Amino acid sequence: MGLKFPSDAWIKELSHQLNESEAYEKSAKDWEGDFVFIVEPDQAYDNTAYLFLGLYHGKSPDAAMVTSEDEREAEFTLRAPFSVWRRVIEGELDPIQGMMTKKMKVQGNMMKIMRYPKAAKEIVSCCALVPTDFDD
Amino acid sequence: MWYFVSPEIVFGEDALDALDELEGRRALIVTDTALVQLGLVDKVKAHLDRAGVEAHVFDAVEPDPSVQTVRQGMAMAQQFEPDWIIGLGGGSPMDAAKAIWVLYERPDLEPAEINPFVPLGLRQKARLITIPTTSGTGAEATWGIVLTDTAEQRKMGLGSRENVADIAIVDPALAAGMPPQLTADTGLDALVHAVEGYTCTWHTDLTDGLCLKAALLVFQYLPRAVADGSDMEARERMHNAATCAGLGFGNSLASMAHSMGHTLGAVFHVPHGRAVGIFLPYTIEFAAREAPERFAELATLVGCFPVPPGGKTGGEEAARALAARIRDLCREVGNPTSVAEAGVERAAYEAQMDKLVDDAFNDTQILTAVRVPSEEELRQLFMYAYEGQPVDF
Repeated sequence: MGLKFPSDAWIKELSHQLNESEAYEKSAKDWEGDFVFIVEPDQAYDNTAYLFLGLYHGKSPDAAMVTSEDEREAEFTLRAPFSVWRRVIEGELDPIQGMMTKKMKVQGNMMKIMRYPKAAKEIVSCCALVPTDFDD
Repeated sequence: MWYFVSPEIVFGEDALDALDELEGRRALIVTDTALVQLGLVDKVKAHLDRAGVEAHVFDAVEPDPSVQTVRQGMAMAQQFEPDWIIGLGGGSPMDAAKAIWVLYERPDLEPAEINPFVPLGLRQKARLITIPTTSGTGAEATWGIVLTDTAEQRKMGLGSRENVADIAIVDPALAAGMPPQLTADTGLDALVHAVEGYTCTWHTDLTDGLCLKAALLVFQYLPRAVADGSDMEARERMHNAATCAGLGFGNSLASMAHSMGHTLGAVFHVPHGRAVGIFLPYTIEFAAREAPERFAELATLVGCFPVPPGGKTGGEEAARALAARIRDLCREVGNPTSVAEAGVERAAYEAQMDKLVDDAFNDTQILTAVRVPSEEELRQLFMYAYEGQPVDF
């Protein structure tokens, strides 16, 4: 039985996986900037969900499902419909390609993000380690 | 969902004549002083003159152009107000031209902000023409821009699909004057684009054919172009190979040899094509153990490994044959097959190892490797490439 996506338990488990990951810690050792992942409704999901992920110097000190994108201050938001998130988590869609095709929309300082491609890849790798239930 | 972008490409003998028909008022030629001295800038200006287009020249582009240089070019563009920007030269002038064009259109941006994720809204003031004078970079056909942050000794991979050129003029006569070393370095760059564009995780059906054709052309014609620069058939086919490879990898991506080569070039100033040519066989051997399929397929298609029975690909053995064939080509054209042979001092190399590894990991091209190394593996790869030792891990 996996953790429901999106949910508080799911984002907390991702945070845990990041804290266990030596590869993420090294690749993001200077990173400062929290994210809110916004899961938008589509034919497979009716609601909008907001997942806050704290990221600081190679660790994830905090994570929680929140009620709006403003509830927790974050430097970056990453927004996509539920089905796109699912494809990213299942490894079918490279998130960089997702952003280039506008299927995922990022807001924040792109100069900063583009300096940490390895860290972005490690976050996706950690997503794959979270046992996930998409409520099929 | 994916995209394929390309300029209108005018190619072959006398392709430069296309400038005679250019419609516009003013063109800013972005180039370097060597091309001014070689008379190639005058040649382009003569064509623009026939078209009634006034030309100004910005010739301050250095190898591995810096952000500062791009800002200078942008200032000239703002004064001159061209409706065409022309990038004339190898990868450095063409990449600088792309960046100058973007900043001329969008003076509110920092160069490092040019990225593929947000709209730029170009072509309000000018359009871009690229004219390669080397046969390798492919920058005439790609939207990528590589600039160097001189303060951090780091190359930055930038660009947006919007900043692909409107017109690329691929005239082999402009490359005829390249000396053998430059011919070899740039030709190997084209080969690395072709191989990485074919084998990276972002390859597509639309790019595979271009990459394969480019690889075949380089294996066949690069030794001839290096041995006899007046062999115009070899020159033309190499010029076409570079553009094919540019279209191929520009619409997929390059990969790990580029990540490693960018860092080596930024720190030790090894020319780009030479650097990526050194690293490519090591990255193939590294991938071969876990994900040999695409390399093996390419090895068979370019004829360096026999077609296995049953139509299957040859696996790790075939991938290693491709790596060996690339090293043979490097030797044949007089290029190094290790970092040591490229003249980098061991002590200096080892002293910079942390930076080499860090920067290679944070180069966007590494994202598309079929086998992504750990930090320790990447460190080992840099050392094997220094020693010239085939990868066995």
